[in-house]
Amino acid sequence: MRALAALITRDIKIALRVGGGALIGVLFFLTVVVLMPFALGPDLALLARLGPAILWLGALLASLLTLDRLFMADHEDGSLDLIVMGRTPLELACAAKALAHWLAAGVPLIVATPVLGLLLNLDAASTSAVALTLLAGTPALTFTGMIGAALAVTLHRGGLLLAVLVLPLSIPVLIFGVAASQAAISGPLSFGTPFSILCALSLVSFVIGPFAAAASLRQGLD
Amino acid sequence: MRLSGRNVRCVRGGREVFSGIDFETSSGEALAVTGPNGSGKTSLLRLVAGLLPIADGAIELEGGDPELTLPEQAHYLGHRDALKSALSVMENLAFWVDFLGGKVFDAKMSLAAVGLDHAGELPAAFLSAGQRRRLSMARLLTVRRPIWLLDEPTSALDADGQTMFASLMREHLARGGLIVAATHTPLGLEARELRIEGAS
Repeated sequence: MRALAALITRDIKIALRVGGGALIGVLFFLTVVVLMPFALGPDLALLARLGPAILWLGALLASLLTLDRLFMADHEDGSLDLIVMGRTPLELACAAKALAHWLAAGVPLIVATPVLGLLLNLDAASTSAVALTLLAGTPALTFTGMIGAALAVTLHRGGLLLAVLVLPLSIPVLIFGVAASQAAISGPLSFGTPFSILCALSLVSFVIGPFAAAASLRQGLD
Repeated sequence: MRLSGRNVRCVRGGREVFSGIDFETSSGEALAVTGPNGSGKTSLLRLVAGLLPIADGAIELEGGDPELTLPEQAHYLGHRDALKSALSVMENLAFWVDFLGGKVFDAKMSLAAVGLDHAGELPAAFLSAGQRRRLSMARLLTVRRPIWLLDEPTSALDADGQTMFASLMREHLARGGLIVAATHTPLGLEARELRIEGAS
C-alpha cells in the first residue's frame, strides 16, 4: 500500500509542477470548447443541442493528449525497469499510475466543465448532468488508454499509434456518455440506462486495463 | 547465498547476443563482467534482473529469501538513473525508498555517504551527470538488497567518487552482499572476472 501511495503522490506531484501534463489537458479542453461556438455560429439552440457532445469530445481528446507519457517518461529515465523489478505487482503499479493520471489530468477537466458549459448555452442542470457523466466515464478513458500507452512504450515514437489504438476502445464510452447527457437534458430516454452502462464500462476497464497494460509492459521489455 | 548461471543464452531482436555463458558468485564476492562494446554485458545484467527473457539456460539464486524472486532481492543500477527532474534530490530518494520497501536505512545518512547531503532540496534537474549517479547510489544504500547489479557504475564519477564507491561496495560485500558489475575500468576491489566476447 505504501508503495502504491508513493507512486500516486509522485506522479501527481510531477504532473502539477512546471512542465507537467496536468494543465496542458485543461488548456486543450478549453481551446476546443471555446473555438466551437465561433465555428458553429451564434445559433443558441444548436449550441445547446451540441453542447454535451462537444464537451465529451473535448474531454476525450484532452485526456488522450497527455496519456502517451504515462509509461513513456518512466521508460526513458529507467524508472520503469525498477518498477517492473519491484515487489509491488506490476498490475497494481499500473492501476496506481492510471489513477494518478486521472486525478491529475481527468479531474481538472470535470472541474472546468461548468465554466465551459456557459459558453455552450447549457443551463446549470444540463452542465451538472454532463459533469456527472464525465465523472463516471473519464476513468474508463484513462484505464483503456493505459493499454495503448503500455503498447506505445515498446515502439519508439508510439504517440500517434496510441491515438489509433485507443480511439476505437473509447467509442463506447463516448456513445454512452453523450447519450446519458442528452437523456438528462432533453429526454425522451431515461437517464439511468445509458448512465449505468457508462459506469459498467468504467468498472470493466478497471479490471482489464491494469492486466492488459502490465502484460504488454512485460512483453515489451528490452 | 549463491548466484549462478548455466549455459545462458541471450537473444535480442531475433539476433543472438551471446550463448553458453557460465558464471558463479556467492556472498561477499564481486563478479566483474568485462568485454568489448556490444558484447552483451548490459544484456547479461538485465537477464539477471529479470528485465529480459532468458532464451536458453538458467540463472539461479540459492540461499536467498524463499518468499521473493531474484529481481525482488536485487538492485539494478543502469545507464539511466531513474530520477525525475521535477522532483528534488530528497523527494527522488524518498520515492524509491517508499516504493521499493523492505529494510530501510536513514536516507540522510546515505546522501551524506555519497556526498550529496548539501543538495537535498535541489531539483534533480540541476544535478550533474556525476551527481545523478551518486543519487542513484544513495538508493542502493538506503534500501538494503543483498544483490547489486551495476552497469558501468563508475562512469561519470570523478576520482574521489570512484574511491568512495569502491569503499561502499567493499562494505556491501562485508555485510554478505553480492555484486555483479559490468565494467571497463577496474572496480577498485578484488573481483572474479567473467569475460564475454559476444557472438561473432
